[in-house]
Amino acid sequence: MESFSLLMQGLSTALDPMILLYALIGVTLGTAVGVLPGIGPALTVALLLPVTYGLDPAGSLIMFAGIYYGGMYGGSTTSILLNTPGESASIVTAIEGNQMARRGRAGPALATAAIGSFVAGLIATLLLAFLAPQVVKLALTLGPREYFALMVLAFVTVSATFGDSALRGLTSLFIGLALACVGIDGLTGAARLTYGVPQLMDGIETTTLAVALFAIGEALAVAGQAEEPSGLHRVKGQVWMSASDWKRSWKPWLRGTAIGFPIGAMPAGGAEIGTLLSYVTEKKLSPNPEEFGHGAIEGVAGPEAANNASAAGTLVPLLTLGLPTSATAAIMLAGFQQFGLQPGPLLFVTNAELVWGLIASLLVANVMLVVLNLPLIGLWIRLLSIPRPWLYGGILLFATLGTIGVNPSPVELGMLILFGVMGYGMRLYGYPIAPVVVGLILGPMAEQQLRRALSIAQGDWTTLVSTPVSGTLIALSALLLIVPLCLRLFGRGKVLSDVACDSD
Amino acid sequence: MSDYLAPERRPSWAAFLIAAGLAGLAVLLLIDAAGQKQDGGYAGVGPGDVPRLIAYGLLLLAGFTVISGLRGTLPRPQRQAPVPVLWILGGLGLQLALLHLVGFALSAAILFGFTARGFGQKPLWRNIAIGLGLALVIYGIFDRLLQLNLPGGPLERLIFGG
Repeated sequence: MESFSLLMQGLSTALDPMILLYALIGVTLGTAVGVLPGIGPALTVALLLPVTYGLDPAGSLIMFAGIYYGGMYGGSTTSILLNTPGESASIVTAIEGNQMARRGRAGPALATAAIGSFVAGLIATLLLAFLAPQVVKLALTLGPREYFALMVLAFVTVSATFGDSALRGLTSLFIGLALACVGIDGLTGAARLTYGVPQLMDGIETTTLAVALFAIGEALAVAGQAEEPSGLHRVKGQVWMSASDWKRSWKPWLRGTAIGFPIGAMPAGGAEIGTLLSYVTEKKLSPNPEEFGHGAIEGVAGPEAANNASAAGTLVPLLTLGLPTSATAAIMLAGFQQFGLQPGPLLFVTNAELVWGLIASLLVANVMLVVLNLPLIGLWIRLLSIPRPWLYGGILLFATLGTIGVNPSPVELGMLILFGVMGYGMRLYGYPIAPVVVGLILGPMAEQQLRRALSIAQGDWTTLVSTPVSGTLIALSALLLIVPLCLRLFGRGKVLSDVACDSD
Repeated sequence: MSDYLAPERRPSWAAFLIAAGLAGLAVLLLIDAAGQKQDGGYAGVGPGDVPRLIAYGLLLLAGFTVISGLRGTLPRPQRQAPVPVLWILGGLGLQLALLHLVGFALSAAILFGFTARGFGQKPLWRNIAIGLGLALVIYGIFDRLLQLNLPGGPLERLIFGG
């Protein structure tokens, strides 16, 4: 019951009027961003990171978490009404949700998505609160080699296990790892790959890379496509769910939560996998599977719940181990580091108030979101009618604002443009973006753990697999790399590419 | 994203270019690693060793990219419209060049106007005018209220004072 009292203390922090305001700003921005096609939660957090330098750390982090949750809610709106998922985890929602909208059932689809997200977010956040202290206890027993093994596992799952090509995923990851080498080596202080440019000493800023790849790369790709997007569906008829809609929705909500949370919590890629698994499960369990593909409400309720549950799940490794398993989590980690905080077991000791305030705020944010998303849905839909020239003009303006605000040097802006072009090229040839960001942020951490582990073992490389935990993790990583390779080789890769980890 | 990327079975030059880029990056890492002092300490792993490992990985991936290029398994992009892309890149380039000359608001207005023009919005001067209004509001909020240090030019000094 120790978690419970800590959570109650957290709630008292979270209900502070200033913190409530930050949470409200976060969820509002997050919903807006989730609704707008083309910008996901990862990008919004990256855009806002530089802006919050001068603000209160607890408030800013709570705002970021609000954006993450809000983005997950808002994404469903775009998928249902526009059939263009606002963020990648909503792709599955788009399948059934858009069909429902075509049949004039957009209202119930939006409602089941919002209420499902609420139920899942609530349960998953409580699970996070009760699980986190246990993981922290476990994490304290882990040494450098176990951390290194965990990071290898995260590298493999983020880049190679899912998506349609291990080659392209790994290439993205290694580009990120190579970029991570730039700057001062954390252990010896040697300058690497700086070529005498002082701005490179600090390494490549995560926010610069993320903003360039996500915002500028995306804007270039959308501009280059020059193809008109499909039309918007009006919300017609009943907005509220009928009794039978409720009856058909509540089980998928719970099942979606049960599937989404563990997948988010394991270092196993983003929320996309959970949503797809939930969709497949609902299709299997449904008494009338022929409805799937033609607007089955279960196909919206389950994946949306899974989506939000895994967003909460992702926070377990992020907060307890300092291990980001999605692009948004990677950028949130950069947010923590900006305020001089290092997520991990020690954070629960040194900044207990902040951590529990953050977790409790998630509960508060969840309530705010259901209010924002059900009665105010009409307002959000208006956002979809902003003409694209103004929308992307604004996105680029904000993208450069962040970089200019932190470091108005031509070198930094030049890197922004360079990585933006790289992001465009990667989109053209189907290279995933998230592994680059994860590689950049986890790369130096993995290197430090590796070298620490080797120092302890006097340079003996077998130390990396010598404990049961690290050995198992490394073996699991190898398995997750090799099995999908074989599946693809024998033409069974369709399943994996369906679960492609896209931008978030 | 993957639905429009239909693989075709003929060699693709893009794959060779990508492979060359990866190999080039690997060479940069190797050259830099060779210049590092080898003080591995107890670990036996110095500052140059991890970059070296990453470089080997990149070389391996470059090799596989060449193979996939020969077999034509790399996805081919849809036809691209170069003009809108060039408008946006032009806007970004001008902002980079002009930032310290004319200040944040004007250079951001140019970026905004060029991007909107790239997405088909005409005329350019009106786009830039709208961008200027937006950029001045942003400058006011972020530079004056949130203490973010945005480079000011003559225009910002005129409106917001020194």
